Amino acid sequence: MERTLTVIHALGLMLVVFSVAYLLPVVTAVIYADNTVLLDFLLAMICTLAIGFLMWLLTRRSKGELSIRHGYLLVVAMWTAMPMFATLPLLLAIPGLSFTDAYFETMSGMTTTGATVLTGLDNLPPAINVWRHELNWVGGMGIIVLAVAILPLLGIGGRQLFKAETPGPMKDTALTPRITETARNLWLVYLGITIACILSLKAAGMNWLDAICHAFAAMGLGGFSTHDASIGYFNSPAIEAVLIVFMLIAAMNFSTHFLAWRKKSLSLYLRDVEGLATVAVTLASCVGIGTFLWWQGTYPSFWTALRHASFNLVSLATDCGFASADFNQWPIFAPMWMLFLSCVVASSGSTGGGIKMVRTMILFKQAGREFVKLLHPAAVNPMKIGGQVIPNSVVFAVLGFIFLYFMSVATLTFLLLISGLDFISAFSAIIACINNAGPGLGVVGPASNFGVLTDFQTWVCTFAMLVGRLEIFTVLILFTPHFWRR
Amino acid sequence: MKILILGAGQVGSTVAESLVSEANDITVVDSDSDKLRQLQDRLDLRTLTGNAAHPSVLEQAGIADADMLLAVTQSDEVNLVACKLAATLYNTPTRIARIRATDYLERPEVFSAGNFCVNFSICPEQILTEYIVKLIEFPEALQVLEFAGGKASLVAVRAFEGGPLVGNPLNFLRSHMPQVETRVAAIFRKDRPLIPEGNTMIEDGDEIFFIAATDNIRSVLSEMRRMDKPTKRVMIVGGGNIGRRLAKALERDYQVKLIEYNKKSCEKLAGELAKTLVLNGDGTDEKLMQQEHVDEVDVFCALTNDDENNIMSALLAKQGGARKVIALINRSAYVGLVQGGKIDIALSPAQVTIGSLLAYVRQGDVAAVHSLRRGAAEALELVAHGDRQSSRVVGRRIDEVDLPKGATIGAIVRGDQVIMGHHDTLIEAEDHVIVFVINRQMVKKVEKLFQVSIGFF
Repeated sequence: MERTLTVIHALGLMLVVFSVAYLLPVVTAVIYADNTVLLDFLLAMICTLAIGFLMWLLTRRSKGELSIRHGYLLVVAMWTAMPMFATLPLLLAIPGLSFTDAYFETMSGMTTTGATVLTGLDNLPPAINVWRHELNWVGGMGIIVLAVAILPLLGIGGRQLFKAETPGPMKDTALTPRITETARNLWLVYLGITIACILSLKAAGMNWLDAICHAFAAMGLGGFSTHDASIGYFNSPAIEAVLIVFMLIAAMNFSTHFLAWRKKSLSLYLRDVEGLATVAVTLASCVGIGTFLWWQGTYPSFWTALRHASFNLVSLATDCGFASADFNQWPIFAPMWMLFLSCVVASSGSTGGGIKMVRTMILFKQAGREFVKLLHPAAVNPMKIGGQVIPNSVVFAVLGFIFLYFMSVATLTFLLLISGLDFISAFSAIIACINNAGPGLGVVGPASNFGVLTDFQTWVCTFAMLVGRLEIFTVLILFTPHFWRR
Repeated sequence: MKILILGAGQVGSTVAESLVSEANDITVVDSDSDKLRQLQDRLDLRTLTGNAAHPSVLEQAGIADADMLLAVTQSDEVNLVACKLAATLYNTPTRIARIRATDYLERPEVFSAGNFCVNFSICPEQILTEYIVKLIEFPEALQVLEFAGGKASLVAVRAFEGGPLVGNPLNFLRSHMPQVETRVAAIFRKDRPLIPEGNTMIEDGDEIFFIAATDNIRSVLSEMRRMDKPTKRVMIVGGGNIGRRLAKALERDYQVKLIEYNKKSCEKLAGELAKTLVLNGDGTDEKLMQQEHVDEVDVFCALTNDDENNIMSALLAKQGGARKVIALINRSAYVGLVQGGKIDIALSPAQVTIGSLLAYVRQGDVAAVHSLRRGAAEALELVAHGDRQSSRVVGRRIDEVDLPKGATIGAIVRGDQVIMGHHDTLIEAEDHVIVFVINRQMVKKVEKLFQVSIGFF
């Protein structure tokens, strides 16, 4: 009980910190002189602040170190509670929006999925759009990382949370010896690149509001847009090119970006085998799919085919979720390949989703090792990624993860099928949500949105998003009896 | 000369043995009194038990008037400290240290006068590895030795029936390949060395030692015997110091398989090596060898610490079909037993190391000393100093130089040029002269010949 109170204590503090996030839309509402929306946000902010403060205050005496078990509980609690509070402005400002839909929207924002249930995005109050995109951005680096930098000052241990939150299989490689340093450094890099993105988008032709919103969505690899037509609205190769570059940057490990910046050397990128694989596979696929679409006659000219293939492919592969064309209409091989890439391509330590490239590499290499073992039974052949030996325990963890991932996809797809959805839509919706990619195919394709789903289906997708973002284990562990046994 | 040797291990004791026969005062220090006793029983030298880096031990061993310190203990750090003390406290003129760690070897500043004051560092494992790499590069060769900083090389090959050599006299070579500059330094026939004359007939089974410019070695070899297929697959048994270095040096250019018995060592090796296939098993297990296709192996190296194991696995490999087998053999008695049989090359690590070490010990200006296979001859590289007045060598034609019987001048390296030793070649100052002597006793006479008289300075 004592420990659960510690969790609530930390959660309360997180909510207090989270309430600061409302300031940005508040400022936007002031700029656009939108008083009704301003009041909605102020109300939401005060509400979050008050409840958070109360939680924190009441459990004041329960400060202490969190055990690993409660670290996991805290992460899941944060990722369930914060979107809940984030729905407040939406519920207040958008008439007729159900809680189910609002929660899907904010969960999609914070998990950086980018699937939306809303229509008429172009006509939404700017403050609301800023809020949605801010959720993408903040969710991207994980509020947890921010919390790890601040909470230790108040005596709440940070290491367990980091273990639960950071994506990727090798969680003990720290950049700097102290975890707060690491977190702070990653945030600075993230902020720096975001600013570069904003400026680039403005230069490419967007207005400030669009530039800021889309930069937020690009860096967090979320994929929300201020327009229903997403990036297709702009019809600008320049904007698409800028976004491709920044999406690829965000799909690489931020530790690499930090180290390259600190050592002022680009050679570090060449040493990041995972990053190289991410970029190489993505670019090769762009050319491949571009050629395929041109050959199939989807687009008359090779360059148009390449342009549209590249943007949408990079967007889905990095689990961002922008769309510049209705790829639902393309020959089925292309969007299926893009969805497949969304499972395997993004690097660990990035804001992308899926199983992460390092796990993909480990799986391929493990298959290779099995072949070597068959041919040379006496061989001693450790797993090596980028010259570093990976212990068998990590390989096992990856194999376990893959099984759970596969079962999650299967189970959730079946749930959608039972509820009456067609196969392509069901399967693609789950893949898109569990990888935090965004648009699926079929009825949830890029020309449509997730608003067409029933409440049950929406909740299934919400759950899929949460499970995917927290790398399966973190959520599912709460459902095991082991967790609750003393 | 008064020489102090620290460490009575393999290198230490073999060096002591070589030097003691040349009228030097040798003292050997080691912490293991048993090893010292064995040495004392066999050789005429002084021994002392103690920690080689302690000043009092060094003083007792006579470092105050020692001309040379050879620090060849098992520990790099002890060797370094001893050299530093020798330099700063006792002003020992020459300090040689044996260093294993590549970390030190990669930073020559460590040995400078400001740091550990080591005149000459040797890494026997490194020397041995480089030697084996050369053998692998030239699969036809039985021995490859370098002179004059690598500009000239001495290569040993076996003549076989049906080849261009057997049945012909030596001076037939010159007419057979007039464009290639090479000279035969020595011939080893039926366990006896021969100093070659122009009309010596070559027989089947003779081991012939050629000297040529290193760049020409390939063409010389292709003339001497049919060119073997280049080496592609190498199998190494033993993942110790030498095996590991060899695998690392070879894995980029050849397909390397390394067999090691200790599981933990295997894991460490597999982590360090990039493309080598590390196998956990016994090098004398013929089933493992069959499984790993020893019949397709071009060069098989048995490099464990155990002589007997090396011999057995080399023999098994040759039986199993390996093209060329090399075995590392520490005991000199075994080397004689094994060479010339099924095992192509028996390497004695001490012999390979000592060549470069002894050059330092000898007087005159000796740049290198190597023993040819099975002591067929010794090859010396001496620098000719002085001028026609002060030197008995400079300014004279080769046939004018008063060499003792059984010594021949093989080649001269002048700057970057390698000149074969013909009877009318003139020797100039600062030439590196490569001399072959039929036995070790002649070495001193040759050294004396090259010394300049007092008047030069």
